[in-house]
Amino acid sequence: MTDTKITVPVDESAEPAVVPLRAALKAPIMLGIVTMLVALLVGFKARPGKTTFRLGTDSDFFDLPEITVPSTATVATVVVLLAAITAASAFVVSRGRRTPLWLVAVFAVVAMTGFLAWAAAGKTVPVIGLLAGSIALAVPLVFGALGGVLGERAGVVNIAIDGQLLFGAFAAAMFGTIAGSPWGGLAAAMLAGALVALVLGFFAITYFVDQVIVGVVLNVLVIGLTSFLFGQVLAEHPQELNAPDHFERIAIPVLGQIPVVGPVLFRQTILVYLMYAAVAVVAWALYRTRWGLRVRAVGEHPKAADTVGIKVNRTRYTTLLIAGLIAGAGGATYTLVSVPQFGEEMTDGAGYIALAAVIFGRWDPVRATLAALLFGFATNLSGVLSVIGSPVPSQFMLMLPYVVTIIAVAGLVGHSRAPAADGVPYRKG
Amino acid sequence: MTLELRGITKRFGPLVANDRISLTVNEGEILALLGENGAGKSTLMNVLYGLYQADEGEILLDGEPLKMAGPGDAMAAGIGMVHQHFMLVPVFTVAENVMLGNESTGFAGTLDLDAARQRVREISQRFGFDVDPDALVETLPVGVQQRVEIIKALSRDARVLVFDEPTAVLTPQETDELMEIMRQLRESGAAIVFISHKLREVRAIADRITVIRRGAVVGEASPTATNAELAALMVGRPVELTVHKEPAQPGPDAFVVEDLRVLDDTGHVHLDGIGFSIARGEVLGVAGVQGNGQTELTEAIMGLQRHVRGSIRLGDHELAGRTVRKVLDAGVGFIPEDRQVDGLVGEFTIAENLMLNRSHGKPFVSAGTVRRGFLEDFAQRKLDEYDVRASGIQARASQLSGGNQQKVVVARELSRDLSLLVAAQPTRGVDVGSIEFIHKQIVATRDSGVPVLLVSTELDEIVALSDRIMVLYRGQVVGIVPADTPRETLGLMMAGERPEGSAA
Repeated sequence: MTDTKITVPVDESAEPAVVPLRAALKAPIMLGIVTMLVALLVGFKARPGKTTFRLGTDSDFFDLPEITVPSTATVATVVVLLAAITAASAFVVSRGRRTPLWLVAVFAVVAMTGFLAWAAAGKTVPVIGLLAGSIALAVPLVFGALGGVLGERAGVVNIAIDGQLLFGAFAAAMFGTIAGSPWGGLAAAMLAGALVALVLGFFAITYFVDQVIVGVVLNVLVIGLTSFLFGQVLAEHPQELNAPDHFERIAIPVLGQIPVVGPVLFRQTILVYLMYAAVAVVAWALYRTRWGLRVRAVGEHPKAADTVGIKVNRTRYTTLLIAGLIAGAGGATYTLVSVPQFGEEMTDGAGYIALAAVIFGRWDPVRATLAALLFGFATNLSGVLSVIGSPVPSQFMLMLPYVVTIIAVAGLVGHSRAPAADGVPYRKG
Repeated sequence: MTLELRGITKRFGPLVANDRISLTVNEGEILALLGENGAGKSTLMNVLYGLYQADEGEILLDGEPLKMAGPGDAMAAGIGMVHQHFMLVPVFTVAENVMLGNESTGFAGTLDLDAARQRVREISQRFGFDVDPDALVETLPVGVQQRVEIIKALSRDARVLVFDEPTAVLTPQETDELMEIMRQLRESGAAIVFISHKLREVRAIADRITVIRRGAVVGEASPTATNAELAALMVGRPVELTVHKEPAQPGPDAFVVEDLRVLDDTGHVHLDGIGFSIARGEVLGVAGVQGNGQTELTEAIMGLQRHVRGSIRLGDHELAGRTVRKVLDAGVGFIPEDRQVDGLVGEFTIAENLMLNRSHGKPFVSAGTVRRGFLEDFAQRKLDEYDVRASGIQARASQLSGGNQQKVVVARELSRDLSLLVAAQPTRGVDVGSIEFIHKQIVATRDSGVPVLLVSTELDEIVALSDRIMVLYRGQVVGIVPADTPRETLGLMMAGERPEGSAA
């Protein structure tokens, strides 16, 4: 029996009145560095010319004009704005408070505008394509992050998200082809994700094996398994086994015709709409239902849950399986949308980015989704810029999503608290 | 309504934790279950609550045998438990904690939080609790958290209530309030089982007392029995409950702390500018409810805290900001509050544990090699001197009972020349016989002219051993008072009230 330490907070309020300076300083320092980087762009590599931002598509209710701005002047203005925001952040911190998140968001949008104005000087930035593509690319990340959030909220660390995505992609390609319908593929992908979850649960919940190790092993196992099956079976019969029908884009009437919002959010495939639904349902279920309350209790204080008659390990299993279904659906995105065929290791470590989104999103489904969207944007940005011909070397652009991950997690998350029993197996008694 | 346990036996491997225990509790009655730590009280209650399955025996409610597969069955039968370590989710609100596992729901399993809030208010009102249903549990004081536990049990219409060591974390005043609540519950017809090892409380509240020793019922006692009678029954032999010590002969101040501030990594202030001094040959007791800065105080002295400001002077040495090694070399002995975490290496032998604080040189190590022969002689001598019951000096520390483990720690710390002894919770979870022994050692250390800082959450221990008492509350010194200060005053001080005319 161990003694529980009880810390009586010195302040009356739950939050300490004074935010520790070192932690709070991270935000203004990070903003300052970004401001300087953007300033260096104009200082040393100014690119003359005009940049055009295209905001409209053909089928909107009304057309938004293209916006054309002089590149260098725009970047200079942006630098001034960024410096002002950085100063505001430093001021707030000097008064002993944290930099508000909306200020960081405004900063990010302004900085991105400046960067685009510079990078695309003399060219046209397809804003709609950039944003819509970001959402499409974020779909597996969002599904993966939702699965991760659910698992960790129930107390099971799921490193195997990548394995679930990859196995889902594989199953979707193969069974989608066999069934002759992408829906069959989606169902198979979800089951594949759940299968990985089941193995994870078997070791992590029933046999108390270290969850991080099991997760990593599962990822490697799935890579090996899918590569083997791909090489031995799929590659031999590409037409019979690796050519699924894919989901078509569906434009939602009315909503799809709103300028900017419509083409970005409502002219997507059914998987994207399912993603919207999944985010809403998971957030609602986790916070507003009996099931969610129990899941959170099991992840925070399993023994307390046990003493009120909640079956801890059964709850963990069911939650993990549901999380697996969701993550598996994310895997289907790889093989049932644009390029409907499976390729070896095609997830490219997206599961790990999803895991970062879980932490960046502080174990909250909506915040994790926003984080995943941010990573999707970074990925798509590198693609779009290389298409329109950017002055940034393509290798650097490929690093972008990961750089964003590191900056986001290290610089902006601040102190976040994982569920208390995250990663701790529950033994009775 | 009557709850009866009949012949309950529970084994863990070769260990018999409960040996054919039978007891009965009726409605409108408080039954105290008295026993030392490790006597099997908690195991028994976990069986009663369905957390463990009994190997033999049965549980009857009004003569009907109960089938207990888990806590759910116990609750359904009307058995509620207030756990020693609260079974509350810290990041949930009071209402969420109360409804957990027993949720009223609306459409599609939606939580009906309003119903839960209403239930909390209703029960709070009935017993005069002041509990906000929307407060986060982690922000509530310990005493209030315990009320949430009680509300939780009552909201499930529990008619048998089990209180497992409920006073361990409470101030004396909170303890009195809890007793009042238990009496109220008794009046309302509940059957109450009160588990404790504190004689005073058991005598104050119980209608009947059942004493357990080594897993078996050893007798019944009436609340009119004396402390000595109860203790003898509990331990199995006559015990000296009072510590015999001569009046202190304090010398000059040897250990002086001034304006000590300790912060943690997140900037929380745990000690807020405290100061005190201890003379040679004096015991300064630090009283206070757990979590008011005691741990940080001892760790700051030992060099185990990272953000320490102010001065800690031992003789001519400044200890603040020094490494643990330097502090030990200055002659500080340290009995940590959790022997299993900080005091011993469980997988090491007794002999190895006895040299832990002197592993860097003489006398145990020469030329980088442990002097086996010397160590074994030393260990054998200490084993005898401190009466450690073990199979031998090569026994692993983790195999010893709590009392014997603690004796090993005490032996190690007292077997070198000390200029200061810091003893944190020296007798927590230790059997009465060992408590007696450890207390004698602490007094002997004092009498040899060493200043002693004694930290304990057991007020009885503080009062028995200290020459002066310092009370900590929320990281500040409420006052430093003589050892003969009345318990009521000390209790108020532990709740933060400054006594009249005390020197802070």
